[in-house]
Amino acid sequence: MISTQKISKQFGDLVVLKDIDLEVEKGKVVVVIGPSGSGKTTLLRCLNLLEQPESGLISIDQQSIDFGKKLSKKEIRSFRKKSGMVFQTYNLFPHFTALQNVMEGPVTVQKVNKTEAKKRAAELLTKVGLKEKIDVFPYQLSGGQQQRVGIARAMAIDPKVMLFDEPTSALDPELVGEVLLVMKDLAKEGRTMVVVTHEMKFAKEVADEVIFMDEGKIIERGEPVDLFERPKEERTKKFLNLINQ
Amino acid sequence: MKMYLSSSFFSSENIAILQDSFIPLLKGVLSYTIPLTLISFVIGLFIAVVTAVFRISGIKILAGIARVYVSIIRGTPLLVQLFIVFFGLGNLGVDFLKFEPFTGTIIAFSLNTGAYASEIIRASILSIEKGQWEASSSIGMSYFQSLKRVILPQATRVSIPPLSNSFIGLVKETSLASTILVSEMFRKAQEIVATTYTPLLVYVEAAAIYWVICFILSLIQDRIETRLNRYVKT
Repeated sequence: MISTQKISKQFGDLVVLKDIDLEVEKGKVVVVIGPSGSGKTTLLRCLNLLEQPESGLISIDQQSIDFGKKLSKKEIRSFRKKSGMVFQTYNLFPHFTALQNVMEGPVTVQKVNKTEAKKRAAELLTKVGLKEKIDVFPYQLSGGQQQRVGIARAMAIDPKVMLFDEPTSALDPELVGEVLLVMKDLAKEGRTMVVVTHEMKFAKEVADEVIFMDEGKIIERGEPVDLFERPKEERTKKFLNLINQ
Repeated sequence: MKMYLSSSFFSSENIAILQDSFIPLLKGVLSYTIPLTLISFVIGLFIAVVTAVFRISGIKILAGIARVYVSIIRGTPLLVQLFIVFFGLGNLGVDFLKFEPFTGTIIAFSLNTGAYASEIIRASILSIEKGQWEASSSIGMSYFQSLKRVILPQATRVSIPPLSNSFIGLVKETSLASTILVSEMFRKAQEIVATTYTPLLVYVEAAAIYWVICFILSLIQDRIETRLNRYVKT
């Protein structure tokens, strides 16, 4: 479903990603962990082309993008529709209600007619448990509720994969659960997901594969039990020790 | 002496002058002051949005044009701009550039408003967090779709207080059009003073009318702000 070949990215002199190869099969959940500055968020943002690598190749659902060439805006936009992005800070549109937030992509970008988009948006909001909050502005929602609207908004464009960039990091601890629950449901439905997170429990329960990154490279990858219980690399061990303290 | 002044200020004669001058002044307001303000502001706002988008577009030549335009307008007095448009261009002998006083005023005022308001709009656009651009691109929106659907509506809210300042300023600046014989309120006041010789009385009357207009405008501003604030926590 997703594959990247040798993607590299630099900010000035700083190498953020170095020759990253990633494979995510259809219906699998991949969790990316690592210390801050390890490049995990940048990797995720590259999949949605919010950042563009200097070199390498990304393909999602049979559409490939080669960063060696100059990309047209049209190419970038059509590629973006393959993935739905959920942001750490939700980034809901504050001037739209929950329903309007979810409808926006289908109506403005995909030109779905309004009645149909509305119906579908209401279904998605119901699915994330916000049936009662359809006509409410984001500021009237808790962080957890806002993030669930964010998930519904990303799903509304019918992406092939869902990308989560530390979706619970900005939340109060008591609100983390409700968001993870929605994500677990999605995983159960067989959605392809790439999740950058610090929620190790979630990773253990839901991930098909866990990837540990540091200094712009993939240090180690494996099934959650192996990676968490029997890490091979020294750096992985060190990191896991730090977060388990 | 003081007694004499105040009693003479409110003499029946003066009250008659105030009454007689009110209708002509009001006519000046309705047929010139308000239309000049409204038309110039609407055109100016359009220029301002285009200029602001040019500046943030990242396209060097467009940003350069916008910069030069703003610099020239902000660096020169409005009265001088008005004279250049009306007398200067009018004197070139090209029919196309000979404007009626009313049209000339609109051109000068629109260009002036456009430059100042473009800085307000640019600042408002830049005040919207980057996450809003990212969220809209992530659902597949183009640059202009993001601008139109997500960024500008939010920037509008931010820009209402400073834009109201510009608008209210413009109401008063229309008095400059008196210098090129547009019969707006201040011109009317001058004409009345020329026959009654009561400058204090009539100019204070004109000032009071300007104040009332601006007061009403600030009430409208409050209503717009309340409406646009409906989606933010108060």
